[in-house]
Amino acid sequence: MKPPAFAYHDPATLEEALALLGRLPNARPLAGGQSMMPMLNMRFAQPDHLVDLNRIAGLDGVDVEPDGALRIGAMARQAVLERHAEVARRCPLMTEALAWVGHRQTRNRGTIGGSLCHLDPAAELPLVAAAMEASVVVAGPAGQRAVAFADFAQGFMTPAIAPEELVVAVRMPAQPAGAGSCFLEYARRHGDFAIVAVAVLLRPDAAGRIAEARVALGGVDAVPLRLPEAEAVLRGATPGPEAFARAAATTAALQPMEDALVPSWYRRHLAGVLLGRALAQAAARMARP
Amino acid sequence: MSVIGRSVARLEDGPLLRGRGAFAADIDFPRQLHMRVVRAEMAHARLLGVDLAGALALPGVVAAWSGADVATIPPIPFRATKLKGLEPYCQPILAQGRVRYVGEPVAVIFAEDAAVAEDAAELVVVSLEELPALLDATAPPRDFDATHGTEPAIVRKGYGDVEAGFAAAHAVLELDLSIGRHSGVPLETRGAIARHDAATDTLELHGTAKKQHWNRDEIARLLGRSPTSVHLFEGHVGGGFGVRGELYPEDLLVCLAALRLGRPVKWIEDRRENLVATNHSREQRHAMRAAVDAQGRLLAIDNSFFHDQGGYVRTHGARVADMTAGLLLGPYVVPAYRTAGHFRLTNKTPAATYRSPGRYEGSFVRERLMDAIAARLGLDRLEVRRRNFVPRSAMPYARPLDALGTDVVLDSGDYHGLLDKARARFDWAGREAAVARRRMAGEAVGLGLGVFVEKSGLGPSDGVRMSVDVTGIVELVTGAASVGQGVETVLAQVAADALGVDYRRVRVVRGRTDRIEFGSGAHASRVTVMSGSATHLAGLALRDLALETAGTLLQAPPDLLEIVDGVVRRKGMAEGPVLPLGEVARALAPGMPLSRGRATPGLSTEAWFHSDHMTYPYGVHMAQVALDRMTGAVAVEHYLVAYDVGRAVNPMLVEGQIAGGFAQGLGGALYEEFRYDERGQPLSTTFAEYLMPTIAEMPPLDILVTEDAPSPLNPLGVKGAGEAGTNAVGAAIASAIDDALGGKGLVTRLPVTPREVLRMMGAFDA
Repeated sequence: MKPPAFAYHDPATLEEALALLGRLPNARPLAGGQSMMPMLNMRFAQPDHLVDLNRIAGLDGVDVEPDGALRIGAMARQAVLERHAEVARRCPLMTEALAWVGHRQTRNRGTIGGSLCHLDPAAELPLVAAAMEASVVVAGPAGQRAVAFADFAQGFMTPAIAPEELVVAVRMPAQPAGAGSCFLEYARRHGDFAIVAVAVLLRPDAAGRIAEARVALGGVDAVPLRLPEAEAVLRGATPGPEAFARAAATTAALQPMEDALVPSWYRRHLAGVLLGRALAQAAARMARP
Repeated sequence: MSVIGRSVARLEDGPLLRGRGAFAADIDFPRQLHMRVVRAEMAHARLLGVDLAGALALPGVVAAWSGADVATIPPIPFRATKLKGLEPYCQPILAQGRVRYVGEPVAVIFAEDAAVAEDAAELVVVSLEELPALLDATAPPRDFDATHGTEPAIVRKGYGDVEAGFAAAHAVLELDLSIGRHSGVPLETRGAIARHDAATDTLELHGTAKKQHWNRDEIARLLGRSPTSVHLFEGHVGGGFGVRGELYPEDLLVCLAALRLGRPVKWIEDRRENLVATNHSREQRHAMRAAVDAQGRLLAIDNSFFHDQGGYVRTHGARVADMTAGLLLGPYVVPAYRTAGHFRLTNKTPAATYRSPGRYEGSFVRERLMDAIAARLGLDRLEVRRRNFVPRSAMPYARPLDALGTDVVLDSGDYHGLLDKARARFDWAGREAAVARRRMAGEAVGLGLGVFVEKSGLGPSDGVRMSVDVTGIVELVTGAASVGQGVETVLAQVAADALGVDYRRVRVVRGRTDRIEFGSGAHASRVTVMSGSATHLAGLALRDLALETAGTLLQAPPDLLEIVDGVVRRKGMAEGPVLPLGEVARALAPGMPLSRGRATPGLSTEAWFHSDHMTYPYGVHMAQVALDRMTGAVAVEHYLVAYDVGRAVNPMLVEGQIAGGFAQGLGGALYEEFRYDERGQPLSTTFAEYLMPTIAEMPPLDILVTEDAPSPLNPLGVKGAGEAGTNAVGAAIASAIDDALGGKGLVTRLPVTPREVLRMMGAFDA
């Protein structure tokens, strides 16, 4: 488990990093390294060049934008976000999700940008981005562009980003006032990749009915999966066991991915179980009318 | 106050906590080469050819070998078990003509650095012609080679009239029980660093563990050298658990390369290799029949089982099957017994011992049976065990069985007493009431237990050499080894107690063949019993010598003297003339008048302890679990290990052994399993698929160590502690899950996975 030889670069500025990525063939950026280093050691990834982003200043800030959204630098460490007061206030779903991300030690190094770009189908932060309808700020030779997360998550571990581009920030809209959210997952052990993870957000109207529902599942499909059928069932419904059971029942139509260790039916079953539980918790966290 | 029985701090921890330990990967020699093993990627195939040209052309590669280059080296031998006919199944150090499991060494690369060696390994072209893989040890045997089948032996043991027992039965129970394939997975993977000192023609092997002397003798024999020209050295060992320190192909390969290439050779196993190359264990399926009378007393047990040995027989021979058969009956009186253990080769990683070998499996099987008897006859689960226990009055209790080549004689024990203590400590009655209340509220909760007899202190002999230097420091040289369990501390405590010194002034030298001619290493929970007893005897002998010498120097009768904190003084007198042990040693130095009359000079001695029988500690595990009806998850809410260790030299270390052992038992009960696909490809090759319990999975664990039944077989009264925490975890967790499911005997297989729980609940036909 030694990586094949590669050239290591540690640029001090974003411009320098982008120039390296534009110039060098088969180059990969290195953020927190919690997935990249094992992939190198197992020779799953065999880049000729590794561009280390850790010396670049200013990519790890957490700022509140005028509309209340969070702008989180791509190199912000998961452990910092987990304890960040503004994150807890504006995006409690992320705070809750971060406790499930790997282990304390990996969160000390792991970054939000790294997690979004790695785009593991069971990862927590991409699921939060899907539920919160985040957008991803990508820098490249032509400047910066913002990509809606739904478009960013192109396919299995495939973000919509060119080899000469870097994710520099994530724009995470604030949770709507009065809404309740919940993140749950099931894994055999704490810190394992989720077999199924679920993120939900429920916003009540003045009468206490559900005005808006967002339901996202991880571990089921190649990318985080929004469930429009469940969201439609919930919209306008009175929060309670009956509505939640109907929403959870929409998972029966899922055809989750399958591997040698976890069959499809078990993921489908867990999706329904976890969705029902998450909706109940999210509803309990909504503001009372 | 004696230092025996006190939880003194470990002597080993200083360098470990400061990062100054010497694990295998820490050892480097100038000019060393790095070895990389190319491993088979099919479970069963004809090996048509190995092309090394690409690898040899890579700059930095010094040599590369395939099977043809090492064909003259005999295969890895086995020790133990009286079974004959296992020789044809031993593993060659590189595959010869056929590969028998994914991970089998096929070729080796020697290069200037480890990364280049791994680059070169990718350039080796291995030509294989796939053969059908045999993956089920219960399937009919096939051909191993042209002249041998895949069932080299059936381990048969038994006594009494089994048929009469069944004829007289009030009830007959039949169970089909399986234990999943899992094993010890130490944090430190294996490593081996060999060098040949041409100036003295000495071959050294570093990074060793567990069985240095046996391995030294075998390496010497296989390489055609004299044992005194081969020496093994042990640094720190990051976990042994049975798998580490056995003689593997890689150990021979680095030694052979150091001799052939004239440079030191280093090999460090990586984790993916570790999970397919280091011994697996445990995989057995039992067909169990038992006859009981109307009171639930056992009349006869007829047990046949299938042991999945994997691709080759390794150093343990058929030891796990042998111990399963010999120790299955645990604490119970069984008038008639018959067992047949089908020892079978398959196309998986070879298997051998793992902490509590044969007993983890046997306790699961036996205790599932005891629960089944209770359920069939409507008896309380504790009561049915009480009715069958060997009573204290029957000790020592000889069984007409053998295990590990010794007759099974339970030396001492009060099983009724320990079950009572465990029941009280666990608050079994209170928990039963609480469980009943929670069930009324719809929860699936249950209690379970497992009672077991361990074995420890395997003989036949252990010796130590003890000496005091002129500064009063005691050096204890032992042929025992340390796998991190606290050997140095425990032996220092025993030495200090016998001699009369501070235990921190005892230096323990272990795990190296150049300092002592004989040794049995660290396995089978034997060190405290065997090496501890030898240390005790050496300490007493050295004390006598010191007092006799000091008596002459102080002009006082030796029987009026004592040694306190390393100083000889008159008994009970803190004031007055004293003589430090260092001065006594100086007076016995070569050439000094007092040394003249002695066979050897110096304040030193050697002592041996012999034992023909093992000692049998025993214990009770109790568990409380709650099941998630929707996910199938099992939450262990509380767990007790009650264990009678005879006498605890260091209670803290005993508890540490139990806690760590428990975690491993929990892994086998709920999480860990080496799985294969239908072609024999391993599915558990990283820690993402092979699920070891972590601290987050550890339940509240209560440990009760008792000393009610000291062993009459050794001067300290001690029994082993290494395997108590592991032994009955599978049994107790299965019992508790089964109880939560209504006590219907549904739990028949370990590990119990969440999907299996859902299936048993009837939620799914999975």
